[in-house]
Amino acid sequence: MLCQECQKRPATVHMTKIVNDKKTEMYLCEECAEKMNDFHWFSPFSINDLFNSLMDTGKATVPIDRKLNIRCNSCGMDYSQFKETGRLGCPMCYKTFNNELMPIIRRIQKGTQHIGKIPKRAGSQFRVYKEIENLKAQLKKAVEREAFEEAAQIRDRIRELEKQQKQEK
Amino acid sequence: MKWIHEEGPLGDVVLSSRIRLARNLADSPFPSNMNDSIADAVVQRVRASILGDSSPVKDDYQFLAMKDFSPRDRQVMVEKHLASPDLMEHAERAALLVDKSEQISIMINEEDHIRLQCICPGYQLDEAWRSLDNIDDIIEAQLPYSYDENLGYLTCCPTNIGTGMRASIMMHLPGLVITGNMNSIIQAISKIGLTVRGLYGEGSEALGNIYQISNQVTLGISEEDIIINLKAIAQQIIEKERMARKALIENGGIKFEDNVWRALGVLTHAQIIDIREFMTLISQVRVGVDMGIIKGVSRKKLTEIMILGQPAHLSKYYQEELASASKDLDIIRAKMVREKLII
Repeated sequence: MLCQECQKRPATVHMTKIVNDKKTEMYLCEECAEKMNDFHWFSPFSINDLFNSLMDTGKATVPIDRKLNIRCNSCGMDYSQFKETGRLGCPMCYKTFNNELMPIIRRIQKGTQHIGKIPKRAGSQFRVYKEIENLKAQLKKAVEREAFEEAAQIRDRIRELEKQQKQEK
Repeated sequence: MKWIHEEGPLGDVVLSSRIRLARNLADSPFPSNMNDSIADAVVQRVRASILGDSSPVKDDYQFLAMKDFSPRDRQVMVEKHLASPDLMEHAERAALLVDKSEQISIMINEEDHIRLQCICPGYQLDEAWRSLDNIDDIIEAQLPYSYDENLGYLTCCPTNIGTGMRASIMMHLPGLVITGNMNSIIQAISKIGLTVRGLYGEGSEALGNIYQISNQVTLGISEEDIIINLKAIAQQIIEKERMARKALIENGGIKFEDNVWRALGVLTHAQIIDIREFMTLISQVRVGVDMGIIKGVSRKKLTEIMILGQPAHLSKYYQEELASASKDLDIIRAKMVREKLII
């Protein structure tokens, strides 16, 4: 959506103005929003607020903030930055800030154990997939030159691989 | 895009089904915390995993670097849900891989290194998940994902860890809005780990009675269960929406029909329409089509017009008229509708 005022920049600010019980809403870019300072501000509930409120109820907040501001060795991000933005710096941050993050994760998620998809790094599945693709091309060629016996063999091999593929999934 | 140009299952209520997966490379800092050369390396690696010689889908995808597009053209991609607003905020470093049918888009350097998204027309969450699961495997065969056996796929924001999955269903719910039931539904939904948003995602308003319902929780629940839960709720909402529409017709009678026809009348004759009025009128006409009151116009057509009436679409496709005749988007919008909505 474009800014309702300038119609040029994308609208990033949602403004709500209430005067005498009459509600006016506007979608503006930041520049135009700043210009309209006669508006009352009702900033939308953001993810940052959410994290801040979650963390401020925890006991850990004060010591982390004031005394030991832990820093991630891998990416250099410190915990106060996460508190501000709600975003971590790198995958290693989950290990570095484990003690601080776990209470938050427990509150916002359903448990702390992943039970979904497991990636198969460079798994056999991919190779099987490629082989099936190759065999299919061979099958087509075999049929074209009417080598039906060969085609039947290729077809059986494809079926075998597809079965294997299903089991792995 | 298929969800705009084709009608899917349960199309009287459901516009589209979308799944997105958040993935990150194990060996790079998250996009918000990396320099330009790392950002570029991530783009090139993801690009190669899809378009490289060993990729089984190399002929099906197109690569688009966001910095090559004007802000308006980027916004067009956002309006048709091909990419997220967040991707455009980092346009200098961001890129997009799109499949031929424009159902699957792979966003690079959004909040996470990789955001995979599949949108299908109508009620087709399982289909969307199947397609994404497959493309996810293809990328993972080439690139080391950041994964923890306890926390699952690690993401920049802890709200996405675990499955990294956000599944959502976009629905048109005028019946529930008019009968005053929508607020209580929104409240009930938020209590069970789901969330409701408008047409253009987080913080956007439900213009034209369009709502997106999606899961909030991503860890401690499997992908299949996320989908099953969402479908269970969606089915109840669909049923209630249909009941509400029936009740409106039975109680409203000619008044209800009058509203629908008036909406069509305004849409086909007005000279100035702002976005808010436009979305409201499209919603009313759509219900009229759903209930068999208006014939000769398809829901598909209405969805196409709805997207074409968005600001960036109008300024892209009616560029010349905007430059010459008048500079007002609302006038061009009214003209576009008069030309397209012919019954």
